[in-house]
Amino acid sequence: MTTHTLSVLVENKPGVLARVAGLFSRRGFNIESLAVGLTENPEISRMTIVVAVDELPLEQVTKQLNKLVNVIKIVELEQPAAVQRELLLVKVRADATVRSQVLETVQLFRAKVVDVSPEALTIEATGNRDKIEALLRMLEPYGVREMVQSGMVAIGRGPRSITATAVR
Amino acid sequence: MTSATPRPTAAANPATAHAPRPKPTPPTGTPVRVTGAQSLVRSLEAVGAEVVFGIPGGTILPAYDPLLDSTKVRHVLVRHEQGAGHAATGYAQATGKVGVCMATSGPGATNLVTPLADANMDSVPVVAITGQQSRALIGTDAFQEADICGITMPVTKHNFLVTDPIDIPRTIAEAFHLAKTGRPGPVLVDIPKDVLQETTSFTWPPELRLPGYRPTTRPHGKQVREAAKLIRAAKRPVLYVGGGVIKADASAELLALAELTGIPVVTTLMARGAFPDSHKQNLGMPGMHGTVPAVGAMQRSDLLIALGARFDDRVTGTLSSFAPDAQVVHADIDPAEISKNRRADVPIVGDCKEIITELIAAVQAEAEPAADLAPWWATLDEWRRTFPLGYEWPDDGTLSPQYVIERIGAIAGPEAVYTAGVGQHQMWAAQHVRYENPRTWLNSGGLGTMGYAVPAAMGAKFGRPEAVVWAIDGDGCFQMTNQELATCAIEGAPIKVAVINNGNLGMVRQWQNLFYSERYSQTDLGTHKHRIPDFTLLAEALGCAGLRCETKEDVDSVIQRAMEINDRPVVIDFVVGADAQVWPMVAAGTGNSEIMAARGIRPLFDEV
Repeated sequence: MTTHTLSVLVENKPGVLARVAGLFSRRGFNIESLAVGLTENPEISRMTIVVAVDELPLEQVTKQLNKLVNVIKIVELEQPAAVQRELLLVKVRADATVRSQVLETVQLFRAKVVDVSPEALTIEATGNRDKIEALLRMLEPYGVREMVQSGMVAIGRGPRSITATAVR
Repeated sequence: MTSATPRPTAAANPATAHAPRPKPTPPTGTPVRVTGAQSLVRSLEAVGAEVVFGIPGGTILPAYDPLLDSTKVRHVLVRHEQGAGHAATGYAQATGKVGVCMATSGPGATNLVTPLADANMDSVPVVAITGQQSRALIGTDAFQEADICGITMPVTKHNFLVTDPIDIPRTIAEAFHLAKTGRPGPVLVDIPKDVLQETTSFTWPPELRLPGYRPTTRPHGKQVREAAKLIRAAKRPVLYVGGGVIKADASAELLALAELTGIPVVTTLMARGAFPDSHKQNLGMPGMHGTVPAVGAMQRSDLLIALGARFDDRVTGTLSSFAPDAQVVHADIDPAEISKNRRADVPIVGDCKEIITELIAAVQAEAEPAADLAPWWATLDEWRRTFPLGYEWPDDGTLSPQYVIERIGAIAGPEAVYTAGVGQHQMWAAQHVRYENPRTWLNSGGLGTMGYAVPAAMGAKFGRPEAVVWAIDGDGCFQMTNQELATCAIEGAPIKVAVINNGNLGMVRQWQNLFYSERYSQTDLGTHKHRIPDFTLLAEALGCAGLRCETKEDVDSVIQRAMEINDRPVVIDFVVGADAQVWPMVAAGTGNSEIMAARGIRPLFDEV
């Protein structure tokens, strides 16, 4: 099975997320990650859905999603032609003895410290999945006290817009 | 055949004796101040709804007040919301129009879930309107509150919760548009009580706002030409016709295509009547209880031309061994059906009427001469001779259920409308009634809903009052929804019900006989042993004529008598043998090549 990233433009209406999530579960497809937010058009929301399926079931997922009345457009964003980002907030145990080492890791990954206390640092990092995973591996030895990750968001490279032609 | 119109005279029915107040119709486009409830009723009138099947209750109450004054919308007061839903489905399937049902919030709405799921599986255009608790109470577990939009999300084409009365006309217009266009299906509109009570303005026609809904109806020319090429070259082609052909009103086009190409036709359970049974190219129904020629033709085919069909598991048997040598042309209005179960070599998305019309032109334009189908027909005719559809009379001298159904079909004729429940009687009705016209065979194909027959027949009778409507039901099914006979009697829908009473849940019993060592667990309903209920007395109690038939000699005369009673519904209790079985049969989990023509008789297609 391979991972596919779908950008789904939907009407910004109540219940649409439930429709999309319900469709995935009842058709037996697993969502790996899902992120929803507004677009430049307030009537349209954009979902980025990461799903692990083979080519044929992917076609079914896309077709079934397209059948939802509130779904306006679906585009698959493949790796080299798209920028993919996740956001990580992680609270790491970092007292005076290791703080400088942790800060060095933060700098290496071009992450940011967003909160400090005597025993811990809270770090914000964005990047693709590989980078986030690598950063976490580096931070684990110090002790991860708490962490939260956003779903992945993605956008195609180049001047073209998938939202521009979505609503006629 | 004349029949009483289901619309009773005011004198005959005091309930409708009030004089309807005429209402001035505002000019199109001018906003009018009304309540949400009035806006709803005006919208239903404007969209062309003629009949609404429903039951009032607390939250939908405001809507029933203006409904009393409507001269355009007739409300039929049913006895159970499930009856309302199936009646709307029967109405829609018999007429091609959108069926409408109405219920209150909570249990009223949840009772609609089964018929909505049923309509969803069989792609029937139905609009359900439900009351909901007032906006401020939603989410508080208020009395008779149920999240019906959440509940019906997976079993409807779409649903709406109306939160502002100004949206009522647009939502009703969108609901009807969604229900009847593209792949038809059920749409639910949930309206809170205070939205119905609030003052608002009504404007018609509203502007639809469905940016994500653009069904494809025109087929792709290149795909059609590709299909035509395969059709010309195929040596063992089969037209695999599904319910989509009936929904697209494409029977005439199908007949033209079949006769132009000389290709054999199989009509699925949902497509019985799409192509005349009397036509020599019709091999009958494919699938689990299909004819040997229809199943065999698909198995040995080199080209399946699927038109509005969905490769359902009951048709294909084990998918991996289904039609192993066939290329597939798959035409459907729903792109998600194409290559869902069986990969299509030539996919065609569009409306079947347009697709078949273009296919005819493309086949005619093909330069290559058509392959000779004579050897194929020789094989098929051999199967038809060797394995005709038939049945044996029970050894114990009891009445044969197949014979009863065959006679109903012969006496009522191909202009009548037939509905069925689910089980043995349904399969026999699909096999032994000869269908010549589309929209004359209504049944619950996808969901397999027991209890469908009586309310669906009621709906069909309201949609086509001039037609004779027969519900062919089982004694198990009949006991699920027969309360609607009271509705039929009072509201004037003189349907005819044949209860094929074998005393058992017959299809389950057949499986117990074949696969569970004849251990009959919980399938004896006691309708034979104890005669509980006595169906003739039950019929009389519900305001119907009750007849009984137990011998072959009486079958024709009792059917004739039923045909002559048109002032009230008729129920005939046909007491038939318990051991009759549905054959042919492809056992669940096996491939279609293992079809048994009858118990112990297996055709070997490869040897022909």
